[in-house]
Amino acid sequence: MGYVAVRGGAAAIENAEKFSEVRRAGGDATLLQPEQIREQLHLAVDRVMGEGSLYAPDLAALAFKQAAGDTFEAAFILRSYRTTLPRLGYSEPVATEGMRVIRRISAAFKDIPGGQILGPTPDYTLRLLDFELQDESVSQTRQRIQQLLRDTERLQPLPERFPKVVEMLRREGLLVQRHASGEDPGLADITRQAMAFPAPRSAQLQTLARGETGGMLALAYSNMRGYGSVHPVIGELRVGFLPVPFKNPRTGSVECIGEVQVTEAEVIARLTAAEGSARFSLGYGLCFGHNETKAIAMAVLDRAMSGGEPAAPSEDQEFVLTHVDGIESMGFCNHYKLPHYVTFQSELDRLRRIQARPGRPKDEQP
Amino acid sequence: MTPRMPSRASAPPADWRDSLPPAEGRYSYAFLDEGAKREIRRRMLKAVAIPGCQVPFGSREMPIARGWGTGGLQLTLALIGPEDVLKVIDQGADDSVNAVNIKKFVTRVTGVAVTTDTAAATLIQTRHRIPEEPLRPNQLLIFQVPIPEPLRLVEPSERETRRMHAEADYSRMWLYLYEDIVKFNEITVGARYPVLVNRRHLMDPSPIPRWDLPKLDRGEALFLFCAGREKRIYAVPPYTEVQPLAFEDFAFRVEAFAGRRCARCGSVGTYLDEVIDDATGRRTYSCSDTAFCEKALRGNSVKEARPSGEDRA
Repeated sequence: MGYVAVRGGAAAIENAEKFSEVRRAGGDATLLQPEQIREQLHLAVDRVMGEGSLYAPDLAALAFKQAAGDTFEAAFILRSYRTTLPRLGYSEPVATEGMRVIRRISAAFKDIPGGQILGPTPDYTLRLLDFELQDESVSQTRQRIQQLLRDTERLQPLPERFPKVVEMLRREGLLVQRHASGEDPGLADITRQAMAFPAPRSAQLQTLARGETGGMLALAYSNMRGYGSVHPVIGELRVGFLPVPFKNPRTGSVECIGEVQVTEAEVIARLTAAEGSARFSLGYGLCFGHNETKAIAMAVLDRAMSGGEPAAPSEDQEFVLTHVDGIESMGFCNHYKLPHYVTFQSELDRLRRIQARPGRPKDEQP
Repeated sequence: MTPRMPSRASAPPADWRDSLPPAEGRYSYAFLDEGAKREIRRRMLKAVAIPGCQVPFGSREMPIARGWGTGGLQLTLALIGPEDVLKVIDQGADDSVNAVNIKKFVTRVTGVAVTTDTAAATLIQTRHRIPEEPLRPNQLLIFQVPIPEPLRLVEPSERETRRMHAEADYSRMWLYLYEDIVKFNEITVGARYPVLVNRRHLMDPSPIPRWDLPKLDRGEALFLFCAGREKRIYAVPPYTEVQPLAFEDFAFRVEAFAGRRCARCGSVGTYLDEVIDDATGRRTYSCSDTAFCEKALRGNSVKEARPSGEDRA
């Protein structure tokens, strides 16, 4: 026999692993330190934390290094580490007004209480390759940054809380109150319970919060472009740090056990005629780290799914929620690489049998 | 059932550090934490109590990719104990890459003994096949399932298929098969052929060939199915009736290997892989169940594989 199908696996698997190692670290360049990734590739780290649904910058940086820059793989590694951690409890709810913002903008109003804060963003940077970075001098870069920080005017004192832009609309009665859909007495936990449809809003938001950025963008974009009815205005977009309040199981008092960086988006869209009176309705997005594309896409999808009968894929919550998870979609897509020769043999049997039948129309015969 | 936030009033655990994994092992026995194992076992009991009914569960992420057997793996890990003897097969083969990978992982986190001998195994995890050698009452067969919903063929929405199962409304599936016969004079479903379990629930037997379906009917072993990505567990308890959908005047048929035998061990009456020789381009056949093939080759007194009739209804 000349050919033995995918056998002798053990040695082959080990070698394949070793060859991946060569691809990752076999070159001449200095080996990356996770610390460099955490600091300098922070947007990738944020994306991995969000999709891996574990807030752990050091571990996310390590996963990104291990996965040689594949965000799907890195998020997957982080997610399967997360699954082994004990569930110690749930943090207390946090109001995002108290966010320590590094960036805060509204597209709905020119001037907002607390002011627009552009913060760090490449939005207005010309996307020209910066050849200076090719031979970046450490000392010059450090100097330039110190200079910048010296010259920047400080806001003193920083406001304790920035009022929510959408609150103004709410006070005017222009905003529809969104209630949790159906009976939603508590919070769902999608990591402990398979989702049933229609899913409670808490399960919807959890699923989107750890969805894959690209997949969510594609679905949200389809809605914005025309396969849907959401014409969003960004009421407010914030990037900043939130405290994590946790009730001490011994004393019962609530203590802050750390803070997480998040991106929050609130999009405003008018109700369609079918949805009721002439008012605005809100879509909400929040994800770990600095990832504005994902937060906005999430808010648009949250709004899109809130209507009645879905008229487009992005408005069908089952469609959206069962397809946005990157770990699941990537795994399933790649599983087609596994051998399927038993099932294929079964298919062959069917086709051969059909072909062998007498009385088949002439045009189908080979 | 909607999970609730833990009640504010509930007493704190005796010491929360007790629930942390031991520092030295870092991972618990059989990888999953005890809470996860308990939950999976509870869902499994429900699945056994309602043969063929899909029971949702809180599927955990595994260190192997979704779609690569994470469902079967979670059942294996939730059930396995130090006394167990494990066998893992993929496409009938013990040494297929994915089977090797899963076996490597399970032994790493449990230290259990492994075997390729179907008769010696207490717990068998499989992808796409049921072993040829008949299974016995003390054995568990755990199937990896990509798509647990047999109605997915005719209806994409989970909400809708749940309703159809609740009402035992399988008319669209019957219609699909009927239309197949009208168009092709044949039912075109190859593997993953829908079966009716205990005359109540339509079930996806996982992508096993039609050849293996008769082995599910009133089998002596417990058959467990799990889809990790789709988060569903279902089961066929021993001695349960499992019938492939068929019409009175159009019988269910298994794959035909008329007259062909394994080029390696000479067996007839086993499911065969079609192999095309590199050099000659000639088509030969060999047993898909490699362990069975080995045994037959060694001439051990293995009983002939249960004959699967050509036109078994």
